[in-house]
Amino acid sequence: MPDTPDTIDRSAFADLQAAAGADFVVELVQTFFEEAPQMIAELRAAQAAAAAERFRRAAHSLKTNANTFGASALGAQARELELGGLPADARGIDALQTQYDTAVAALKALTHG
Amino acid sequence: MAERGARLLVADDNKVNRLLLARTLMLQGHRVESAENGRVALEMLRRAAFDLLLLDMEMPEMDGFQVMEQLASDKALRDLPVIVTSSLEGVAHVVRCIELGADDFLHKPVNPVLLKARVESSLEKKRLRDQQKALVERFATSAVAQDLQQGGFALGGKRVQATVMFCDIRGFTTIVESQGPEETIDLLNTWYTLMFEAITGHNGVVNQMIGDGLMAIFGAPLPVAEPPLAAVRAALEMTEMIELLNAERAAEGKAALAIGVGIATGDVFAGYTGTQERATYTCVGDTVNLAARLEAHTKQAGRGILIDDATQAALAGRVASNALGAVQFKGKARPVDVFAIATDRPD
Repeated sequence: MPDTPDTIDRSAFADLQAAAGADFVVELVQTFFEEAPQMIAELRAAQAAAAAERFRRAAHSLKTNANTFGASALGAQARELELGGLPADARGIDALQTQYDTAVAALKALTHG
Repeated sequence: MAERGARLLVADDNKVNRLLLARTLMLQGHRVESAENGRVALEMLRRAAFDLLLLDMEMPEMDGFQVMEQLASDKALRDLPVIVTSSLEGVAHVVRCIELGADDFLHKPVNPVLLKARVESSLEKKRLRDQQKALVERFATSAVAQDLQQGGFALGGKRVQATVMFCDIRGFTTIVESQGPEETIDLLNTWYTLMFEAITGHNGVVNQMIGDGLMAIFGAPLPVAEPPLAAVRAALEMTEMIELLNAERAAEGKAALAIGVGIATGDVFAGYTGTQERATYTCVGDTVNLAARLEAHTKQAGRGILIDDATQAALAGRVASNALGAVQFKGKARPVDVFAIATDRPD
């Protein structure tokens, strides 16, 4: 399992479970899985259309949600995109996609464990 | 924990944020509803009363800044506490939110413990504000309270066209002497309640209570469509109320009450007088003096409601009255044409 401390901050995730209830967190993770791909798609579309503000907003949303689940590495990458301005190519988004897939696997393991 | 069960609105376009925030607040004992953008939030706030708004800044259609601007310009929503929840970076955003009237600012992801503390503090502040507002209203009538809330408090006044009413209980001294103090206080409270009801029901403002009498203004501080007509209708309703009260008193073997009402219309100088610490909304000017003289004259005239010529002219025959001729009042340069309003039971 790609479950390194970098992927998911376990204590942040445990805090979330304690505050909101483990069952609710399962639902919330599910919602994140539904929403996040749209945000990544929005990143790609905004980059292609050179829409800097749309790009920043999408990165911002993704950052906030990643940090909610303690997905620190994903959150850090999204933050870089948020603050880095419109990129010339999609490489940053590809890297983020990879990190997202890793986070999904880790979150699945944590919520189905 | 009086704040338990407060009604909260969460506005956030991000579904994960919205669900989590609503859930956390629900677990903290509140009733929570949510909106997916600023426009929807504003619609919900205008439809129903909420105790607190948790507002995200970056939202489609209408963002948090726009929502706060709208709230600030809306009389009914201006006092709604707002806690901004955002992960926007930089102090400038926080400053702008506070400037726009936000109570507090919470960074996302929101820490539940911090959230609880901030929400409770905001609700407590709102409770105190509501209490203060209720106090101001109790002592100053809602029109003055509204005027204060809109314009803030400043000593000084302005010249306005208004109708002034004086009213008192006839032969009150005799009544006081014939009964105990408890009964007198009781009677005064009943009397004031009935008179306030009639006056505020016609958009008048009671601005002075003097023993067994009161002074009311129609047309200031807030405009009234037709101050003279409103004042006369209020006086007629006051007379009816007294008759109802007298029917009850008769059943208890008590003496009947009678009131005298004087009404005058014209320029008054209205505003707050006093000091910065203790002030009262009042009206001064010839019109005020004339209304007081007319009220005093009701005894001599043997009529319940007397009005001056300016009020009579404004009624334009819509309320029946009789001309009593010109009367020379103390302090008046010229005689004033006095009219008596016809009541069902002229006295």
